[in-house]
Amino acid sequence: MTPAEFEFLSGFIRARSGISLADDKIYLFQSRLVPVLSRHQFSDIAALVRSLRLSTSGPLADDVVDAMTTNETLFFRDRLPFDHFANRLLPGLLARPGRSGAIRIWSAAASTGQEAYSLAMLCAEARGALGGTRVEILGTDLSPAALARAESGRYTQFEVQRGLPIGMLAKYFTKDGDDWVISPTIRAMVKFRSFNLLDSFSPLGRFDLIFCRNVLIYFDIDVKRMIFAKLAEALPDDGALVLGSAETVIGITDQFTLHPELRGIYIKTRASQSGRR
Amino acid sequence: MKSCLVVDDSGVIRKVARRILEELNFSVEEAADGQQALDRCRIKKPDAILLDWNMPVVDGLEFLVALRKEPDGHVPIVVFCSTENDLDHITRAIAAGANEYIMKPFDREIIEAKFREVGLIA
Ligand SMILES: C[S@@+](CC[C@H](N)C(=O)[O-])C[C@H]1O[C@@H](n2cnc3c(N)ncnc32)[C@H](O)[C@@H]1O
Repeated sequence: MTPAEFEFLSGFIRARSGISLADDKIYLFQSRLVPVLSRHQFSDIAALVRSLRLSTSGPLADDVVDAMTTNETLFFRDRLPFDHFANRLLPGLLARPGRSGAIRIWSAAASTGQEAYSLAMLCAEARGALGGTRVEILGTDLSPAALARAESGRYTQFEVQRGLPIGMLAKYFTKDGDDWVISPTIRAMVKFRSFNLLDSFSPLGRFDLIFCRNVLIYFDIDVKRMIFAKLAEALPDDGALVLGSAETVIGITDQFTLHPELRGIYIKTRASQSGRR
Repeated sequence: MKSCLVVDDSGVIRKVARRILEELNFSVEEAADGQQALDRCRIKKPDAILLDWNMPVVDGLEFLVALRKEPDGHVPIVVFCSTENDLDHITRAIAAGANEYIMKPFDREIIEAKFREVGLIA
């Protein structure tokens, strides 16, 4: 790959997804574009780039973006945020004064759905505490391939053995051939939809709680700051945002502050207290 | 250092499991069937037991039921590790007192994830 081709591809990926790939990531392009080359019958990356330069939208462009997303995820990833959700965040939402209607939770980089379904299973476990309260979980992602898998609710034996306690597997999945399929009750609690975090959040409505984990790490600070601002707008005052274990708001935004007790949880700063830009 | 008893009638599997568990800092003992395992446990209860299902003499499920009836038989954390990977077997194992269940084939990542799940690894 020539430096010019790399410049073009990384600029294209950044514009379309926010994902920032420094030039030490040339190997990522080289390995991940292999299937795209064969699907679109290009002999090499140079030919792909020539075609992409002519048109930066359409199926080729979409496939290139999809190929450059990292969809790695697992059930109950890092465990702790999910313990916080079950023990503190969900009970907190239920106890909120003046609460009415469904509780809306957003899995903002849902990938293949494990995060959204983990939350749904915890809500099913909390049925008693929920009483009649409905929970709506929305999972969104940029990658159509990942979303299609999330929609199917179908996981391999390997995937259900990463993070998912066996009791949960027995309770909420059925076996189909070599795969495991999430139960209709859990499936019905979650909706998936294609969504780019670079776009306006307003079509999605507002949320009581947002999980935005392990996606901001791929973005530059400016993109992070812009997304934090939109996340804040989508939450009520004191609303909670859950980030990945390697992510933080420190030094990036004052629209969220650390939760006083719970690690990895960030609280929207009240409008009156934040220096709004 | 925590102890783990590996119960499997296949010497090859015991060896693979031993290597993984030793890397995870467990002291490992082996048994080739449920009866041998029970004899070991009567001398000293390990912290963890990695347990195959289909074995001669006394199988994994029979062993687990017997173990849980022993004094202090509830202490060891039992992780099934079996090619029986259907819901029926899993449900029976849980009902008999298994703490986790690994569906073979397994690798280091799965063992580590499952042992972490049940608190055997911090
Ligand atoms: C590593 S996964 C995170 C999955 C899950 N949240 C977790 O923590 O395990 C990152 C996901 O972010 C998605 N993604 C990357 N850029 C995005 C964007 N601009 N808009 C929406 N999703 C994006 C990718 O497609 C990928 O599925």
